Amino acid sequence: MLRYVARRIVFIFFLMIGISLTTFLLSNAVPSDPVLANLSQRNLDNEEMVAAFRAKWGLDKPLYKQYFVYLGNLLRGDLGISLRTQRPVFDDLKLYFPATLELASVGIIFAVIFGILFGMISAVCRNKGIDQVLRGVSVVGVSLPSFWLALTMLYVFYLRLGIAPGPGRLSSRVAAPAHLTGLFTLDALLTGNGELFLDALGHLALPGICLGMFTMGLITRTTRSNLLEVLSQDYIRTARAKGLRENAVILKHALGNALIPVITVIGMGFGNLLGGMVLTETVFAWPGIGQYAFQAAQNLDFPAIVGVALLVSANYIIINLITDLLYGLVDPRVRYR
Amino acid sequence: MWRLVKNNKLFVTGAALCSFWLVIMLLAPIIRPYDPLAQNLAERFAPPGAAHIFGTDSLGRDILSRVIAGSRISIGAGLLTIVFASALGIIYGGAAGYAGGILDESMMRVSELVQSFPTIILAMVIAAALGPSLLHTLLAMVIVWWPNYARLMRSMVIQVKSNEYVEAAKSLGAGSFRVFFKEILPNSVGGIIVLATVDFGNAILLFAGLSFLGLGSPPPAPEWGAMVSDGANYLTYWWIAAFPGLGILTMSMGANFIGDGARDFLDPKLRKEL
Repeated sequence: MLRYVARRIVFIFFLMIGISLTTFLLSNAVPSDPVLANLSQRNLDNEEMVAAFRAKWGLDKPLYKQYFVYLGNLLRGDLGISLRTQRPVFDDLKLYFPATLELASVGIIFAVIFGILFGMISAVCRNKGIDQVLRGVSVVGVSLPSFWLALTMLYVFYLRLGIAPGPGRLSSRVAAPAHLTGLFTLDALLTGNGELFLDALGHLALPGICLGMFTMGLITRTTRSNLLEVLSQDYIRTARAKGLRENAVILKHALGNALIPVITVIGMGFGNLLGGMVLTETVFAWPGIGQYAFQAAQNLDFPAIVGVALLVSANYIIINLITDLLYGLVDPRVRYR
Repeated sequence: MWRLVKNNKLFVTGAALCSFWLVIMLLAPIIRPYDPLAQNLAERFAPPGAAHIFGTDSLGRDILSRVIAGSRISIGAGLLTIVFASALGIIYGGAAGYAGGILDESMMRVSELVQSFPTIILAMVIAAALGPSLLHTLLAMVIVWWPNYARLMRSMVIQVKSNEYVEAAKSLGAGSFRVFFKEILPNSVGGIIVLATVDFGNAILLFAGLSFLGLGSPPPAPEWGAMVSDGANYLTYWWIAAFPGLGILTMSMGANFIGDGARDFLDPKLRKEL
């Protein structure tokens, strides 16, 4: 087990180097002078500043040496300065990441709860009306363009019915909680501010549902097909034959085994969430990594784009590692070598 | 066989939706009531009604005509992405699987590298770096899309390669190219076709998303994603975003239904229960 984890971590290390190399080459392939792009006009007139910038990023050296300079800076947490915000990219990411983490967590919780529930009902009531309806729901879930769903929900629940709050993380009348974790709901709870907690939670509802919809569809589908397969196994027949009630058969004997492959889907879904972030955050004016990435791409702000790509890929890789390990934990047949 | 298809309600629904859009796509220039680019500022923000069934947008353009004309770009982009990505994947994965050894290993690591990037962010970076144009967006989508096909193709080729008929062809003196194109390729593409069907809906969604972010073809081209983005600025005039969005939804639903149906149909375990 330990050796497996160690091997995976070594592999992750090489993958991250590959990713940084790719982003480095991508930003070099763009026909723009990084000096021009990175320094403000005032600094450009200052020859010392230009020389210092060139030396810091090794721009006077050949390309492969530039990469090592870049990698060295990267390892020290120096991702460069964002062109748009004129702040260190690392600080920007630290600022925007908690909002994204909070939203993604709500999205994944929504997707897991409803995905498993719908998948279970669908499998138990196989080929009945409710199964058809829920299968339809899961297909709609994976077919909905998230940005359009976001707009539709905003229009219906915020503009028309007025039962949901508008875009943003908080209503304008409440002030943000003291920065502890950066997760507004958690910070509100930690400071014992009930009103703030409810406000933050309300603002999470629509974007969270919107973000989780695709993953919910995937989980519904996987839960249904796995549960159906498990229910046809011999040990289920045995459980029924010894007179167990159907509820006990499904909840105690079948569900646990059926959910094992769902773990992989949840891991994949988390990756999808991070991607869907860009669109959802743009519509809901959510100050997270997705919106930051979009604004960076629009302004060709390469240091920021590279920072986001590294952060999201690292997250994705870590989540994959965790799901693989969980898999082994719940399924004794999986052995790590 | 026909009975099996007919009893598969998902597949039939999907096929109906897809054929509907296919017909619209083919007949677009004939059936659209107005010029999709013609502005009529006197009639801007007209709600759905007799003259404009889907209403008009902020420049008074007829939304129905734009949705119809947009089907060509929005669905076409999804189709082209799948075609080129799968072609690239077949060649790349086929070569890797057929060659084996260190070449195979290193080729697969490269494909994993591309996959470890979040799809939309990589596509966004490429599209933004190249500048907004339909061609660049398509290029970006193909670049992020091919690894799935390469990996599948590789595993199929490795499986097929060990069959006796391949051995037989080789011992009869067939060259590598002949063996690959005559024996291995035809026996490996089945899985690729299923993946392409399942994937089609996702490709349409990704293209719509990029176009929503302003990374598709530049305005005033009628693209579904860009039209929704236009409507986002005037949310009270709901029809501007609603109808192109329904276009994206119904089209990707159709593709997903067909994909689901195809999976059920091709999986023999499920087939006998149908």
